[in-house]
Amino acid sequence: MVTPTVGVLALQGAFAAHAAILDRLGVTTIEVRTEQQLASVDALVIPGGESTTMSMLLERSGLLEPLRARVAGGLAVFGTCAGLILLASEIRDGRHDQHALGALDMTVTRNAYGRQIDSFESDLDIVGFDTPFHAVFIRAPVVERVGESVEVLARVGERPVLCRQGAITVASFHPELSDDDRIHRRWLADAGL
Amino acid sequence: MSDNTGRVTGSPLVKRGLAEMLKGGVIMDVVNPEQARIAENAGATAVMALERVPSDIRRDGGVSRMSDPEMIQGIQAAVSIPVMAKARIGHFAEAQILQSLDVDYIDESEVLTPADEAHHIDKWAFTVPFVCGATNLGEALRRISEGACLIRSKGEAGTGNVVEAVRHLRSIMGDIRKIGQADSAELFDWAKQLQAPLPLVQEIADTGELPVPMFCAGGIATPADASLVMQLGAQAIFVGSGIFKSDEPEKMAAAIVESATHFRDPAILVKVSTGLGDAMKGLEIATLETKLAERGW
Repeated sequence: MVTPTVGVLALQGAFAAHAAILDRLGVTTIEVRTEQQLASVDALVIPGGESTTMSMLLERSGLLEPLRARVAGGLAVFGTCAGLILLASEIRDGRHDQHALGALDMTVTRNAYGRQIDSFESDLDIVGFDTPFHAVFIRAPVVERVGESVEVLARVGERPVLCRQGAITVASFHPELSDDDRIHRRWLADAGL
Repeated sequence: MSDNTGRVTGSPLVKRGLAEMLKGGVIMDVVNPEQARIAENAGATAVMALERVPSDIRRDGGVSRMSDPEMIQGIQAAVSIPVMAKARIGHFAEAQILQSLDVDYIDESEVLTPADEAHHIDKWAFTVPFVCGATNLGEALRRISEGACLIRSKGEAGTGNVVEAVRHLRSIMGDIRKIGQADSAELFDWAKQLQAPLPLVQEIADTGELPVPMFCAGGIATPADASLVMQLGAQAIFVGSGIFKSDEPEKMAAAIVESATHFRDPAILVKVSTGLGDAMKGLEIATLETKLAERGW
């Protein structure tokens, strides 16, 4: 059997931090910046960063439609922060030309926790984990609504912050910045990798 | 700082976290809301709000200070990406004002006229994160020990000449590589030579990298310049005069954004470098009256 490859979308953002965790878990990882690289992966991480910038670079790099097609075809995807925004079905307070891939039935509002001064870290109780997960929220998006097909795995107050739909996991925080690989491992298991 | 919900703000991880999100991107100097929108439309990950771009500061002379709060607020209202602003070296009162304005990052910058000839700002005292410039590893580690959570190599701002940026990057990256080879006894001497705290030197020896992200600034004027400094180890770039002093700022801005993403792909760099009009004119370093990079201690 060919070893599965996990791509990390590397247009901009915290891609190296995700790749470092996946490397530690012994997963074959490549950085994805082109259509050819995207075509070669069995699963994809969309990291944190600036979602407006990533959206533009997806389009200019010719990745937007191929990515949309792969997501529609059931690609396993893990999106954090900006990645969550890109994977949602509806984006509020985004730019008029910002793309939503619609991988999950979810409405998000960008930067809804405020500016950097309001960014925070906090312990989270996550469904299925025995001990809290220490989560870092950076200018985080707020999930306003999720559809029935979406499983909410953690909340801050009333707001979902970690959600799953099949092999798609999204977090409004940054598991790649915590020294804890449990969320990555669970997603890999969901993806059958 | 911790509130009753168990949330902690302003911690080193939270501060460094935003810098992690800016990696692989371009932070652009802008002087008004219109330029800020051009930068955002081009794909900037953040903007740096300032009164004059460095090449104009250089031309006009005089004392250069923190920007007018009204101008910063105008830029914050115009864009949804992070907004940074500059305080003078050592001018903690300017930094307090910028923090009250909710800027996303403060640049304690040599591009402005220094306010203190011995002391930099105690950046641990702030919730907002700071970026500082450095010409060498010792300077970078002194800034980190004062609480900076992002370092940018200084280069020579406002020149459109990348040579100083390359000098500073090579110096910092070269010393990091050498420390990686040093034995434990040699680390004490490295700390002494660099005039930097030993624990930070030991951390570099253990990890092979700076304890915080490192970006590049000062003299980047073309997509090829962006590619060069990224290949030399910069994790993102600041572009000041290089965009709005070029013939076609919209095109130049978008091209530099793409070059920061595809910095190792010459075929894409050909495409993005084509048809941009003239880059900013640029200055020979030997002709400069003031070297901004020499400010900072």
